[in-house]
Amino acid sequence: MTVLSTAIDPRDQAYLENRGAMLARLAELDAALRGAREGGGEKHVTRHHARGKLLPRERIDLLVDRDSPFLELSPVAGWSTEFPVGAGVVTGIGVIEGVECVIIANDPTVRGGAVNPYSLKKTRRAGEIALANRLPLVNLVESGGADLPSPAEIFIPGGAVFRDLTRLSAARIPTISVVFGNATAAGAYVPGMSDYTIMVRNQAKVFLAGPPLVRMATGEITDDESLGGAAMHAATSGLADFLAEDERDGLRLARRCVRRLNWRKQGPPPRTTLPAPPKYDPEELLAVASADLRVPFDPREVLARILDGSEFDEFKPAYGPALVTGWGELHGYPVGVLANARGVLFSEEAQKAAQFIQLANTADTPLLFLQNTTGYMVGAEYEQRGIIKHGALMINAVSNSTVPHLTVNLGASYGAGNYGMCGRAYGPRFLFTWPNAKSAVMGPAQLAGVLSLVARQAAEAKGQPYDADADRAMRQTVEQQIESESAALFLSGRLYDDGVIDPRDTRTVLGIGLSAVHSGPVRGADGFGVFRM
Amino acid sequence: MIRRLLVADRGEIARRVFATCRLIGIETVAVYSDADVDAPHVAEADYAVRLPGETAAETYLRGDLIVAAARRTAADAIHPGYGFLAENAEFAAAVVDAGLTWVGPPPEVVAAMGSKIGAKARLAEAGVPMLPTWTDATEVAEFPVLVKASAGGGGRGLRIVHDPETLPGAIASARREAAAAFGDGTVFLERYVERARHVEVQIVADARGTVVPFGERECSIQRRHQKIVEETPSAAVTPELRERLCAAAVAASRAVGYVGAGTVEFLLAPDGEFYFLEMNTRLQVEHAVTECVTGFDLVRLQLLVAEGNPLPITTPPPMRGHAIEARLCAEDPAYAWLPSTGTLHRFDVPDVAGRFRPLTRPGLRLDAGVRDGAVVGVHYDSMFAKLVAWAPTRYEAARLLAAALTRARIHGVVTNRDLLVRILRHPSFRSGAIDTAFLDDHPEVFAPLLSSIDAVRVSCLAAALAGAAARRAAAPVLAGIPSGWRNVPATPQISLYDGPSGPVEVGYRLDRAGELARWWVRSIDPDELDIAGLGQPTVTDDHPPVTVVSATGERVVLNVDGTRLDFDVHRVEETSYVDSPEGSVRLTELPRFPEPATEVAEGSLVAPLPGAVGRVLVVPGQRVNAGELLMTLEAMKLEHPVHAPSSGVVSALPVSAGAQVDTGAVLAVLTPE
Repeated sequence: MTVLSTAIDPRDQAYLENRGAMLARLAELDAALRGAREGGGEKHVTRHHARGKLLPRERIDLLVDRDSPFLELSPVAGWSTEFPVGAGVVTGIGVIEGVECVIIANDPTVRGGAVNPYSLKKTRRAGEIALANRLPLVNLVESGGADLPSPAEIFIPGGAVFRDLTRLSAARIPTISVVFGNATAAGAYVPGMSDYTIMVRNQAKVFLAGPPLVRMATGEITDDESLGGAAMHAATSGLADFLAEDERDGLRLARRCVRRLNWRKQGPPPRTTLPAPPKYDPEELLAVASADLRVPFDPREVLARILDGSEFDEFKPAYGPALVTGWGELHGYPVGVLANARGVLFSEEAQKAAQFIQLANTADTPLLFLQNTTGYMVGAEYEQRGIIKHGALMINAVSNSTVPHLTVNLGASYGAGNYGMCGRAYGPRFLFTWPNAKSAVMGPAQLAGVLSLVARQAAEAKGQPYDADADRAMRQTVEQQIESESAALFLSGRLYDDGVIDPRDTRTVLGIGLSAVHSGPVRGADGFGVFRM
Repeated sequence: MIRRLLVADRGEIARRVFATCRLIGIETVAVYSDADVDAPHVAEADYAVRLPGETAAETYLRGDLIVAAARRTAADAIHPGYGFLAENAEFAAAVVDAGLTWVGPPPEVVAAMGSKIGAKARLAEAGVPMLPTWTDATEVAEFPVLVKASAGGGGRGLRIVHDPETLPGAIASARREAAAAFGDGTVFLERYVERARHVEVQIVADARGTVVPFGERECSIQRRHQKIVEETPSAAVTPELRERLCAAAVAASRAVGYVGAGTVEFLLAPDGEFYFLEMNTRLQVEHAVTECVTGFDLVRLQLLVAEGNPLPITTPPPMRGHAIEARLCAEDPAYAWLPSTGTLHRFDVPDVAGRFRPLTRPGLRLDAGVRDGAVVGVHYDSMFAKLVAWAPTRYEAARLLAAALTRARIHGVVTNRDLLVRILRHPSFRSGAIDTAFLDDHPEVFAPLLSSIDAVRVSCLAAALAGAAARRAAAPVLAGIPSGWRNVPATPQISLYDGPSGPVEVGYRLDRAGELARWWVRSIDPDELDIAGLGQPTVTDDHPPVTVVSATGERVVLNVDGTRLDFDVHRVEETSYVDSPEGSVRLTELPRFPEPATEVAEGSLVAPLPGAVGRVLVVPGQRVNAGELLMTLEAMKLEHPVHAPSSGVVSALPVSAGAQVDTGAVLAVLTPE
């Protein structure tokens, strides 16, 4: 058992620079979160409240256990798109009657809770998390349906939401819907596909077609309450299992449902209920990541501030030192850690990772990937020594590992390094990003340089003069585009992670994530693909 | 020689007598009603005999059962305590007739003093100064007069009457109360001296004719003629006056052939004249202050005298220092002294020097009849403990007693504690300028102790933080994650309490390090919460800056504007009792998901406490005027009038005479006109 030491000096100039840079990124994150929190804006919020209705986060606060944490997922979905930040829906993991659940709450102040492509992605991601981690799903429904400018992008892929719900049910993962307002047309299948349905009196409207459409289709003249009111569904159609008197009552009933689920987590409990906190101040995490991405930093400084008691037993420390591997505990849960130390992954690091991942699987130990990689080493020497082969070992191990993976991008996640270090495509149960982090096929300067070289070669091949000014302009444009499109907020806005987090919250976020993954069984792989030797 | 003593009383006085018995080697027998089966006096006695039933009439007033209990347990003596049968001559006679030793004056003396009218004539002859009295209401020559129960004591049946018109009604009411309390409805009238002080002399007499006065006690601080703060010596008594008072007391005792411990009560007029009030032929609640300053164990002297021994002294003992007693009662002074009932979840007075016995050095003495978890019921007296401070000087004793009462943990029932503290700290009390109208003249003492708005607010905050800490500690999952953590903070955590100044909302948000990032406490109208359960926003900038030093479910340490304060939070179901140097606050948490409220029809008069409906003076459909008496409610041996709050018609009358009702039960519905 080794307690990590630290080399960080808060009086250091680099410390102050790093911290300053991180605080600037955090200010951007806060601005984005503020946008999400404000929903449809003051006017709509006031009008909503005046109708005696709650905002989605107010509903969630009443639904979850008092003083329990709530981890919002994909909070900046839609950032820097034509759609509102937050995408008109709040999703996250909360504790209801002692049971960790995934909660999805439409924000009716944002275009009536209408679904846009990002809302859809965000909702589906929440459903995926519920399924992968065996977490009961509670839907707080109030949505006017598809956002009109983009119906085609919603209608066909949107059907998967209902399929996801019933597949959760088939997997014995309970689904509960509380309907606070509109859930019409296809939206009616959210309560329709849920195990338990609660509707709020005089508010819920659940029907396939509203009065105008019914009149157009059949000539019948009718009204909302007859077609899909809560009282009707509770007494006549049977679609509502419980009739709530008001919103608060609906949330009370939802809590009551969860209490009666007789829910038991299937993963092992934490090894200690009161784990020792890290020995170093998490505040210093603001200054661990280098302000300049090209300057690598020691991930042990991060581990020293997120692992229980700052204890970390390193595996193979002298071999492949650009990747730190080892064992620790986080909020009482054992984890195997893979953390980039010096950016580049060489053959040794790849082989070490492949071995370590197999060891974790034999021990049913979840894996934590801390990304800060520029990718696998390139160059004739490395190609000849089999860097692809060795990278493939690592990617094979990551791909077929069945213990839960949690990934945090601390800085850089470039190229195939993103794959080997369990990027989004490799299905980590959770993937979070620090605000300073970037992710792309390669660095902006490299990409622009490559494009420039290719263009120059093409010009030379055609015997044409090369326009140096145009080249400079092209490189600048490409660099800027790549720079912005590889930024944390940009990628988070497009659902390429589960959220950008304050570095100081890393331990907390991972603790919630680890507890969530233990809702389902934690079991290592019985076999891997063929390891190319 | 007494070998085994039965005490025919309950609560602190039974424990008091047992304490001395243990010290001098007398075995003890308790009696107990069904309501007292778990009471400490039962557990402390060597033997205990059940008296079936709960009411006093079924149990502690049943002399026959008590004598039978003494026989069954082979007790050879009975001490009557100070309540119930202590001044009942028939009981005393029955004890003597049964061949048992009666720890009290001879039955005929009890009988003589019990009839106040007769006693006064005898004492007047002996030269004891008397107030004019009348037995016939038509002969009353001067007002105000006092209507008094002939057989009574303890203030029951007393009425002050200022004019002839209200006299007949007061006499009728006093008769009823006296009849209910003592089984004897005889009353008489007496001149009422305004601005009078209540001063009494403790005497102990042996069978050989020695009568020793043990100094005076002043008991002027009274509520409804019942003493609540008593002290010795009296600030109004000079050595010369003391000599005269003691001489009168001794003369009174000799005139009736008194034997045992007794108290001669006088009214001390502002001009220094004093008048005989009555003689209590028993030990009194406030005997403890005398024990402090004289060092004598009065119960031991009672027992010695009852055994036929001479008193160990023949002259008044010197008085050392000053002692003040406060009676802690389960009642609400701010609400017409309504008795409160319930479970006393915690009762603790820190740094007590002794219990139930004379102190050997200055400090605090606590005589309590209850322990944690005791149920305070409706059947017996509301006093559950008395606290005595003994110090070299009066102001030191008052300061010590006030501080100890302030620091006492009293959880579960409403008490008069705050009132006692305010009295002891009142400048007029401190200066000794007190009389029996003290409470009427100083209504400010009825203010709750914790009046600083910030103190209440911070106590509410402490309760909320303790609740949060307790919930976090009990969380089945994610217990190690910071309390209320959010990556997208929106609304803070909310706790709603019903507190001393009405419902309040506590909002708080802790940051990732457990620091208080935001908080407020504000009064709310529960009917006007917005849909999110939040009160209407008010200015909250005047909150003192607060940081959390530590917080658990039981203890919260806050740094309030640079001062560190510890709050003990004791939670019993929905109620949190918050004690701090700033005082005590009782907060009842309001439900997060309130059930639909049960509607009470407008104009309903509800029972303010559990009890029995006494007289019902109206019928459904009757038109009544504002203030008219509709019915009476009998509880805790007192008669509570139920008046019409406004003029109107009695539209419903769901109760009838004799009905048992709980707090909140609808007694009548009045439709205003």
